[in-house]
Amino acid sequence: MTETATGSAPRTATTRALPSTLKLGLSRGAVETKMFFREKDAVIFTFAFPIIMLVLFGSIFAGSLEGTGVTVSQLYTAGLIGAGVMGAGFQNLGIGIAADRDDGTLKRLAGTPMPRSAYFIGKIVNVLVIAFLEVVILLAIGVLLYDLDLPSQVSSWVTFAWVFVLGVTAAALLGTAASSLPRSAKSAAAVISMPFVVLQFISGVFIPFTQMPEWLTNIASVFPLKWMCQGFRAVFLGDGGVTLELTKSYELDRVALVLAAWVVGGLVLCLTTFRWKGGRDG
Amino acid sequence: MGVSKDKGQVDPYGMTNAIQVRGLTKRYGDVQAVKGIDLDIRQGEVFAILGPNGAGKSTTVEILEGYRKRDSGEVSVLGVDPARPTREWRSRIGIVLQTANDAAELSVRETVRHFADYYPNPRDPDEVIAAVGLTESANKRVRQLSGGQRRRVDVALGVLGRPELIFLDEPTTGFDPEARRQFWELIEGLAHDGSTIVLTTHYLDEAEALADRVAVIAGGTIVAEGEPGTLGGRATAKATVSWADGSVETDTPTKTVLELSRRFDGEVPGLTVARPTLEDIYLTLIEAPRD
Repeated sequence: MTETATGSAPRTATTRALPSTLKLGLSRGAVETKMFFREKDAVIFTFAFPIIMLVLFGSIFAGSLEGTGVTVSQLYTAGLIGAGVMGAGFQNLGIGIAADRDDGTLKRLAGTPMPRSAYFIGKIVNVLVIAFLEVVILLAIGVLLYDLDLPSQVSSWVTFAWVFVLGVTAAALLGTAASSLPRSAKSAAAVISMPFVVLQFISGVFIPFTQMPEWLTNIASVFPLKWMCQGFRAVFLGDGGVTLELTKSYELDRVALVLAAWVVGGLVLCLTTFRWKGGRDG
Repeated sequence: MGVSKDKGQVDPYGMTNAIQVRGLTKRYGDVQAVKGIDLDIRQGEVFAILGPNGAGKSTTVEILEGYRKRDSGEVSVLGVDPARPTREWRSRIGIVLQTANDAAELSVRETVRHFADYYPNPRDPDEVIAAVGLTESANKRVRQLSGGQRRRVDVALGVLGRPELIFLDEPTTGFDPEARRQFWELIEGLAHDGSTIVLTTHYLDEAEALADRVAVIAGGTIVAEGEPGTLGGRATAKATVSWADGSVETDTPTKTVLELSRRFDGEVPGLTVARPTLEDIYLTLIEAPRD
């Protein structure tokens, strides 16, 4: 009995090594990205919002800000790059992972020998691809339509790189943690998008901080979006725009500090609250 | 884990068990879902678990699959405690899920190829696609498949890693009769290859057609266990002989039919002779613990 079972069930596998986590993570990333771009609704939802807002606000408020040499459109370009990066991480993962939990993706993966971290590596790859494309598109619009000058100094691009990496990471971790909030994939879009839209309005994406009551500014200062946008303004508006800041400084050290704190906090949140099971699975 | 190379537990009769369960319990809040289940599933056997919804069937299977933690009891699946699943152990079992609706934007071939990456020694993806009868739909998006075709993808993913043990959770729900027959042939093929198969189902004819042994779970315990043909005293139960204007329960149906034949002088109008079906036995079994 034992011999027949062992003989006919093809069991030479145990001696072969399991595939590495990194390899599977990249394989997940390729599949996630492929699936994302095939789902037209999600692509439009993720990409179009910041682009439409930029074209809309950039066209309505075409003037320049007195004494700065910075136009309102340029201000919006920098702010919407922040919002776009946040959307790629927070909104995309918040809704996407809630859907994965609802449609059985997580349950199926948990039943395979795929290491669980490979799933998250795949999501990170997916978010990086989306965020990068989003930034490229928004910058192209800024340069072509609104005379945005791309910075020529290396130091500006170094600032861009760390703001981008810290921002994407914080947003992705927050989105992952937030994905546990919606009860189903259907409610996810509302539960995740609503706070995100509010956050954009109070974080200086659309309305300059100088025109907002102090208590709203204080609330916004808790969240990463305000600091991400501030970092991107430092990169793309430069010295000309610094007088528009509340403190007359881009406070890059605080930007780094707050974003890094959100990365750590987001990671702790994910590790303590992440659910591999959906609501229906009990 | 040192035990990972074990084929399973050996019972006192020298049979190798793929699954061994002793005194399994699980409680959700106030509800005691599983109240002390013992189970031995032998290697290479097709074992069906039957039971009404909420009887503890899914909870038991999910504990065996390593999806759910138990409250107490001893469980060994392929020699490993499923409460501490390892990747190596996961590569030896295949799970065919009931409700998955995922990966809809990938094609069948892309999905199967991707999942093959997870296993140390997968079957050839195209061969698996052919085995589940999806070769013609291999380039279709999973989203575009019918319900029955989707279940075939689920099976393909479940058997891709050459599992020693396969869990099938209500695999033919929503199938038309022809698709179900084809599916049974697929499962028989897997069993023939030597894999142990644990099947949950609502269809009694399915259990009868596929399973070597059956356990009926009701009210959190196993109320009967055995071969489908003899479950619950089925083989020794009285037969019912019916004809156009009467019926009788008897231990000697042949004698009754002969008497009837004499009475009607030849053909008996509307004659049937029936033993209780597995369904009759099942319904009696699951009635009892509810009272």
